[in-house]
Amino acid sequence: MENAFGLIYTGDASMELRELTFSRSVAAVPFGGRYRSIDFMLSNLVNTGIYNVGIIAQRNYHSLMDHLESGKEWDLHRKRDGLFILPPFVTHDNTGVYKGTVDAIRSCMGYIRRSSQRYVVLMGSHTIYNTTFNDMIKKHEESGADITVLYNVEENYDLSEQYDDLRLKFDANGRVTDLAINPRDSESKFCSCDAFVMEKTLLEYLVEDAYAHARYDFTNDVLVRNVKTLNVRGYEYKGYVARLNSINAYYRHNMALLDKAVTKDLFSHDHPIYTKVKDEFPASYVGDGRAVNSIVADGCVIEGTVENSILFRGVKIGRGAVVKNSIIMQAAEIGENASLNCVILDKGVAVGNNRTLSGYGTYPVVLRKGTKI
Amino acid sequence: MPKKKIIAMLLAGGQGSRLGVLTKSMAKPAVPFGGKYRIIDFPLSNCVNSDIDTVGVLTQYEPLALNSYLGSGQPWDLDRMNGGVFVLPPYVSGSEGQWYSGTANAIYQNIQFIDQYDPEYVLILSGDHIYKMDYSKMLKFHEKKQADATIAVLTVPMEEASRFGIMKADADDRIIDFEEKPKHPKSNKASMGIYIFNWRTLRPYLVQDEADKSSEHDFGKNIIPKLLSDGAGLYAWSFSGYWKDVGTIKSLWEANMDLIGKTPEFRLADKDWRIYSKSQAMPPHYIGTDARVKNSLVSEGCVVYGSVETSVLFTGAHIGKGAVVKNSIVMPNAVIGDGAVINKAIIGEGAVIGANAKIGDERLPEDGEYDTKLTGDITLVANTVTVPADKRVPVGMIVK
Repeated sequence: MENAFGLIYTGDASMELRELTFSRSVAAVPFGGRYRSIDFMLSNLVNTGIYNVGIIAQRNYHSLMDHLESGKEWDLHRKRDGLFILPPFVTHDNTGVYKGTVDAIRSCMGYIRRSSQRYVVLMGSHTIYNTTFNDMIKKHEESGADITVLYNVEENYDLSEQYDDLRLKFDANGRVTDLAINPRDSESKFCSCDAFVMEKTLLEYLVEDAYAHARYDFTNDVLVRNVKTLNVRGYEYKGYVARLNSINAYYRHNMALLDKAVTKDLFSHDHPIYTKVKDEFPASYVGDGRAVNSIVADGCVIEGTVENSILFRGVKIGRGAVVKNSIIMQAAEIGENASLNCVILDKGVAVGNNRTLSGYGTYPVVLRKGTKI
Repeated sequence: MPKKKIIAMLLAGGQGSRLGVLTKSMAKPAVPFGGKYRIIDFPLSNCVNSDIDTVGVLTQYEPLALNSYLGSGQPWDLDRMNGGVFVLPPYVSGSEGQWYSGTANAIYQNIQFIDQYDPEYVLILSGDHIYKMDYSKMLKFHEKKQADATIAVLTVPMEEASRFGIMKADADDRIIDFEEKPKHPKSNKASMGIYIFNWRTLRPYLVQDEADKSSEHDFGKNIIPKLLSDGAGLYAWSFSGYWKDVGTIKSLWEANMDLIGKTPEFRLADKDWRIYSKSQAMPPHYIGTDARVKNSLVSEGCVVYGSVETSVLFTGAHIGKGAVVKNSIVMPNAVIGDGAVINKAIIGEGAVIGANAKIGDERLPEDGEYDTKLTGDITLVANTVTVPADKRVPVGMIVK
């Protein structure tokens, strides 16, 4: 058991994911055939031995709460500690609408104060990876850092995909000398993974201090602003990182799962990723149904052809239908002889018989939840 | 403790010796079935779906796999404040202690457990059948008939009738004759080993039967005939639907095959009657570029690079490049090496088949004599066994 608790912020504006976040927060965006983004954050914490987790909910959190329930799927339904969902609320000094992350964290100060652990792992909800924080916390203690930032080497530098892109620069001793958010040039390839370790008391102080000075954004007004006065250090994560910061990135990172090395990184045997169990039956290949280079979840019934695609739970592919290079979310139904290429179908989309839909690898067509064609 | 209307007692102590090496280290109810389930998931899910929230599971033979599988009962929604799932092994009381010596004795030894709930009815189930049944309908029938006991019956082919408890019922469904495994069956209405008893009626019979040293302490052989001869109200509730005793290698193989296809014999894709099981937290399965999967069930965690036809792949199975799997069952986490050929076989949990090995290969004179009494034409590789590369295993052989 680590002497730390987790605090996950799920209020990202997330407009970059367009249709996928019309009815849900980024934390609840489906990923990888049976998961949602937040499953990775929660599993990382639980696999670390952190069993006290607060989730700051802000926008569209109904879908998130529905997914999390009591937290039992992550072993977080506990008498001591466990899962705490922290939605906005209205009091005399809290309007219920957060002005920014600082405001959001401040509104759950009660939870933070009550948490008995010394350290906090503060996380966002759109960066997906599989790790444990044990070594990072140990290094944090040893180095005497005020804040340790988890980062990876990110070569990708597409300005159109920049969202909360926090780049780090180090001095010779490994201390972070500069933090820049969404910089316009690629001076640094060290990119924050949106996970920070610090002492709980420091978080309390920084948040209260920023709030008192009418500063509301944690990244800008706390981290970037104080990088010269605080001892900020980095901890490198070497595995695969999926940043869900645009539709293209979302598409690319899902498709990357067809690469065995990526799957191995994201779904390690020692550190399983837990999610809500749906008790679907095993996928059934029927008649001429077949799949090639694809990921298929339980509950799917495949009578057509599926190629280079990701099928979530309970998807039905009709006879003669051909699905290529696509992401098909839970319970979508594809009619007979339909033809799909480079599409992202959200949950419960129904495509009629003989319909054809095609996007491009660089611009996949996205159909929002429940669309009927 | 609040009173319960009905509780279920699930007999899960069977060794299942006819399943051979598959039950070497686990009781029959813990044997994997249908890609992601274990046999016991079916009666447990039936209970929950029938609104029965208290289930005693009577274990005896190799209980470890079963105990750890059941855990708190959470996967079946049986982690309850009042009720839930309970593992009930035989125990020592005072200086006395004994194994369960028969189905009736097993219930007798747990009279205290049942009495805690002071139930009106006790449902007796066995843990080795695959079926979906709404026990609440059977209970309604039982109440309507004001029966002392109700037995679920299934019409079986006449030639198989002598394997079952066979009964004759009158026009009102009242049982007038019951014979356990008769040589010359008078009807083809077979007992499914599923009983509802009025607890007040059954309790004294269990006590009385226990005192009878000549009794085999068996429901079919002793309790039911005794109730019948005493003129108790025994009724037959007819069940029509899929029901399979998976007590043999052949029936286990067949029942798995019955799940395959667009309109399978036994439909798992039933949103109104879900079968629950413990999740292994595995990612969805992956089908490789040169893989070919046809007419099969594939579970989470599987990785398929070879060719699979009319087979059931269980959670975490791995099918290597160029491997050919046909008419087979590949149990959880088994690994089929590159180029291996698997034909009409059951590959046990965690077994490893070496590259280019042939399982279920044609029988040749040099294979010599071996026993196929349990297997027939199905080849069986035991759990966690490693079959070396290039090895031939002929039809019906058991590799242990």
